Amino acid sequence: MRLNYPTNVKIIRVPCTGKVDTIHILRAFEKGADGVCVIGCMEGDCHYNSGNFRARKRVEQASHLLEQIGIGGERVKMFNLSSGEGPRFAQYAVEMTERVTALGPNPIKLARKRAAA
Amino acid sequence: MIVADKKPIEEIIETTRNFKRLLILGCNECVTVCEAGGKKEVGILASALRMNALNQGREVKIDEITLERQCDHEYLEEIRNVVDQYDGILSIACGVGVQFTAEKYQATPVLPGVNTKFMGATEKRGLWVERCQGCGQCILATTGGICPVSRCAKRLFNGPCGGSGNGKCEISKEVDCAWQLIIDRMKALGTLEDYEKLSPIKDWSTDRAGGPRKVVREDVQL
Repeated sequence: MRLNYPTNVKIIRVPCTGKVDTIHILRAFEKGADGVCVIGCMEGDCHYNSGNFRARKRVEQASHLLEQIGIGGERVKMFNLSSGEGPRFAQYAVEMTERVTALGPNPIKLARKRAAA
Repeated sequence: MIVADKKPIEEIIETTRNFKRLLILGCNECVTVCEAGGKKEVGILASALRMNALNQGREVKIDEITLERQCDHEYLEEIRNVVDQYDGILSIACGVGVQFTAEKYQATPVLPGVNTKFMGATEKRGLWVERCQGCGQCILATTGGICPVSRCAKRLFNGPCGGSGNGKCEISKEVDCAWQLIIDRMKALGTLEDYEKLSPIKDWSTDRAGGPRKVVREDVQL
């Protein structure tokens, strides 16, 4: 397929999106990530039955929390696709990159720079 | 277990604003089960508070410790050597844990990070329901195992009242009439004749009406 997707997307592999906890998403922002997208299997197709539903709830929790602490809830989003959908993965990566680029850098990263200066 | 609910993050941000060195203290017991004050919630709250402070240009040190329990001396002793390092402790245990921590460490402000609600059970994940009010004189043996003190809005002992309709309480269509539940259960148990027996007036002095309570067990005291 040799599809291209933006190089600023860093992949963290997990056995199932059900492994992704709210704290993992928050830590990513604490460490300076501009956005986090969780890409899971199609709803109803989880090998572990409810992993992607758990992930969706945690993404919602993280989004709500990030909004309240002034980082921005829109920086985190959940997508679903099936494992055979390479083009859709690339499309989501582009979509997320565009969304995060429009939002600008993570305020935490800027705050850290200011604190260090 | 004791059921608690998270306090809004805005409230926690406001109450902890002036602390430069904050310890977030979780509890491994009830509040872990009701997903309000366990190790996971400590981590999430600490991360959120750190980011919020950094974003507002405040320099803070926020540490995370989760004790086995905050309602026992031996577990609370585990933080004795580190407690001096902090301006304040945000305890996300129940109200008992917050108070016991505060009693033990008099020189450090201890703030609550959750709202303690009631003694209840996990009906399903994310749904906790009240089942006991600790009235001090359990009558479940005569009410088919269903508690009219905690489940009847009026705490009636000879119910139901006229507000019971279609098995629901008049205060809300979502609240079951405890006395309907009691009668249904007694029917199922074949003990409906016990329903005809009048309950005597309850001695409420063992409830909160008698002031703060304690249990003294000299047989186990050393």
